[in-house]
Amino acid sequence: MLEVQNLSMRFGGLLAVDQVSLDVQEHEIVAIIGPNGAGKTTVFNCMSGFYKPTGGKILFEGREIQGKPDYKISRLGLVRTFQHVRLFGRMTVVENLLVAQHRHLNTNLLSGILKTPNYREREQKSLDRAAYWLNRVGLMDMANREAGNLAYGQQRRLEIARCMVTEPKLLMLDEPAAGLNPAETKDLNQLIISLKEDYNVSVVLIEHDMSLVMDISDRINVINQGRPLASGTPDEIRRNDDVIKAYLGEA
Amino acid sequence: MAAHNLKHALFCAIVTLVISYPILGFNLESQGTSVILEGAKTSTVIGVLLAAVIVFLFQLFRDNVMGSLRQLPAVNPLANRKPMEQSRRLKLESALLTLMVIGALIWPFIASRGAVDLATLVLIYIMLALGLNVVVGLAGLLDLGYVAFYAVGAYTFALLSQYYGVSFWFALPIGALLAALFGLVLGFPVLRLRGDYLAIVTLGFGEIIRILLNNMTSLTGGPNGIGGIPDPTLFGMEFGRRVKEEGNTSFHETFGIAYSSEHKVIFLYLIALVLAVITAIAIRRLMRMPVGRAWEALREDEIAAKSLGLSRTAVKLSAFTIGAFFAGFAGTVFASKQGFISPESFVFLESAIILAIVVLGGMGSQMGVILAAIAVTILPELAREFSEYRMLIFGAAMVLMMVWRPQGLMPMRRIHIELKPQE
Amino acid sequence: MQDLLYFIQQLINGLTIGSTYALIAIGYTMVYGIIGMINFAHGEIYMIGAYTSLIAITGLAALGIAWLPLVLIVALICAMIVSSSMGWAVERVAYRPVRGKHRLIPLISAIGMSIFLQNYVHLAQGSRNIGFPDLIEGGFRFGAADSFQTSISYIQITIFITTLVCMTILSLFISRSRIGRACRAVSQDLGMANLLGIDTNRIISATFVIGAALAAVAGLLLGMYYGSIDPLFGFIAGLKAFTAAVLGGIGSIPGAMLGGLILGVAESMTSGYLSGEYKDVVSFGLLILILLFKPTGLLGKPEVEKI
Repeated sequence: MLEVQNLSMRFGGLLAVDQVSLDVQEHEIVAIIGPNGAGKTTVFNCMSGFYKPTGGKILFEGREIQGKPDYKISRLGLVRTFQHVRLFGRMTVVENLLVAQHRHLNTNLLSGILKTPNYREREQKSLDRAAYWLNRVGLMDMANREAGNLAYGQQRRLEIARCMVTEPKLLMLDEPAAGLNPAETKDLNQLIISLKEDYNVSVVLIEHDMSLVMDISDRINVINQGRPLASGTPDEIRRNDDVIKAYLGEA
Repeated sequence: MAAHNLKHALFCAIVTLVISYPILGFNLESQGTSVILEGAKTSTVIGVLLAAVIVFLFQLFRDNVMGSLRQLPAVNPLANRKPMEQSRRLKLESALLTLMVIGALIWPFIASRGAVDLATLVLIYIMLALGLNVVVGLAGLLDLGYVAFYAVGAYTFALLSQYYGVSFWFALPIGALLAALFGLVLGFPVLRLRGDYLAIVTLGFGEIIRILLNNMTSLTGGPNGIGGIPDPTLFGMEFGRRVKEEGNTSFHETFGIAYSSEHKVIFLYLIALVLAVITAIAIRRLMRMPVGRAWEALREDEIAAKSLGLSRTAVKLSAFTIGAFFAGFAGTVFASKQGFISPESFVFLESAIILAIVVLGGMGSQMGVILAAIAVTILPELAREFSEYRMLIFGAAMVLMMVWRPQGLMPMRRIHIELKPQE
Repeated sequence: MQDLLYFIQQLINGLTIGSTYALIAIGYTMVYGIIGMINFAHGEIYMIGAYTSLIAITGLAALGIAWLPLVLIVALICAMIVSSSMGWAVERVAYRPVRGKHRLIPLISAIGMSIFLQNYVHLAQGSRNIGFPDLIEGGFRFGAADSFQTSISYIQITIFITTLVCMTILSLFISRSRIGRACRAVSQDLGMANLLGIDTNRIISATFVIGAALAAVAGLLLGMYYGSIDPLFGFIAGLKAFTAAVLGGIGSIPGAMLGGLILGVAESMTSGYLSGEYKDVVSFGLLILILLFKPTGLLGKPEVEKI
């Protein structure tokens, strides 16, 4: 469903991403790994429309999306999280989920000011959906707290829930396990698999935690210094000499 | 450390003298074509010296003074009290607001004419400040040309009545909608600018509109303005001594009471009150609607908001347009109250005053903004001898608020949407 | 021929005004380059410079000192000292405590400071405009005596030369002196400069002081050129100078110079060929267009946004 072809991104004289290609099929979890500074997040930023790539194509369900504004890409069903969690810290947990459903609620202003029954019904629906996802990620008890006051692991889960209420087709997770303890990582592991299995969402993730990547990924792409290094199933990657060199050579 | 403190304190005291003595200590007086210099009054000179001494002492004992100041909140018994529960607070607030509105409804019948007239002005400022509060406080867009939309509302009514004889009640929605349209058209290109650039551009737009009003003499009367703007009517009843327009009756004759010029003032006040209440309620609703949440989300984290499919332009534009709409509302009422308008009423300073109200009250806080509007308009009238210091105090207050309490005197308390546990 | 002379006249007038805008614009551009805020009160600092120099000039006249070079230099020094102190104090009182907070907070503080200073001078010196004595009279004239003559007055020449001298000294100062080098380091990366042991507070203060001193020079020059001053005249001039800074690329000192000159010429051409009433519309319009289409200005560097 997603195809990245020869993606390049240049900042001034620096070629941060050079001819990277990857693809994601339906019902699949694909990981992007690589050493720090390899350009993984830049690839993400191009895919989510935050950067306009200087070369290459990005196709989502057959449509070219490179260079489209980020909010339009998100509306197509390609939604992301961030390396450093970006919640609306002064809003409550449930409100964070309501904001994400803004478009489902796009009623005209008058019906909202006058509180028509139709408006109330829609508002209730989005509250219900929010409640469902809060239960799903285990944050129901925190629903009315300010999002900024949550523990780090909870914030990570809330960010994923916030993506899910927009009903995405493809979820992009930027280092979802960063800063989590082993128990939390395990929960996350299960959550991501369930997103694929139960909600039929494909996932692309950037991750450093190798155990997580190897456990859940269907396929892995390795990027090194902006260039594609290898791609394949977890087993293939584990045995790939270039990858071992790139990782162990540094250490 | 002590020596360093002394040096610093001395330096600060000298700077105080340098920045105040030449400007305050000498008065330039024009005499015919030449200018002469006069020494200021002894009291001013003593004041300047005293200020320098105070600065010196403050800087010398700065650590001690600041240290003891920091202890102060502990003395304040309210400082550590628990915040009220939201549902209780909301009930209290609406009860308070209802009481205020009821009081405001009865009050004009016992107050003096001048007081009611002033109160109408206060209400106009409340509308303006509530509208700007949407733009600055909720959406986080600093609009320094807000007064332009106020002018659009006022001039729409003035021109429509002058050229087409349109009455207040028709002009009111037209003025507000036209102001909103202006907001939409002006806002569209500028809203993608970063915060501080946006402020300057809106300031530029505001000035351009004022200069155009000043110079399109054939249409707007230029600096002379437009006069003879009619008063509002009540179901076709006029409030003047004699009926001006055919088909209308006069209020005092219909009810068989003696003519009094107060009727008109009270009527205008009541219109302004109703409109201000409508403004407050409508904005209160908007804050809790998806669009209100979108404003807030975009203000909190633009990148995250966009990644969730919120269009930055559309969300900002909605705030800008809605703010402009209420300014147009206020402008129409203002034109009707004054009966005469000129570009002089729509200078940058007016924008700054409205902004000061929003900042003092607490950005985003409706209650705070309403109280600040009342205070800012009435205090200078109460203390007439201080009225020339009004803008000086405003300026100083804006700086002090930003330094000490950027959240305002009555900080915004968000109304959370609560998720009730369900089975 | 006559048309050409008229055009040249407008050009000269424009360059005169433009070079004073450039002097004021330096203050905006340096402050913006270092701490990324618009010093809204800068126009008022310039206005205070003009008032101080007038006070010094009248004071010297009252003492019977009339030797022109001495009068000008004393007035200039007084204005620079008072404005610089004001610039220092403003930064200390209104900007330093709010540095690093949300972008709108320093800006609102600056607007408050601007209103405060305007009214400070208004209360001390009255709101009427006050005549500035004609210290430098006369000039050169070109063209036939019976038709339009292009004139360059001595005051215009003074303005050019003074601006040129100030700009040269500033460039030398920025490129050669220790503080200048520190200024450049701080504008590159404030946090890093701090780590490297540069006293950033001191450097930021220095920027305000330098900007204010140049604004004071402009205050004296424009006071003499216009022939009268009032407490409000700093506000519009400040906006114009800010426009010049943005036009040239905010943060860039040569940009401020270039922007000032372009803006001055644009204005004088509007007054000369259209109407003086619309010259403010043209400069604000120019500001809006630049911010919309090329917010980095002519010589500015683009900013890269990061997640």
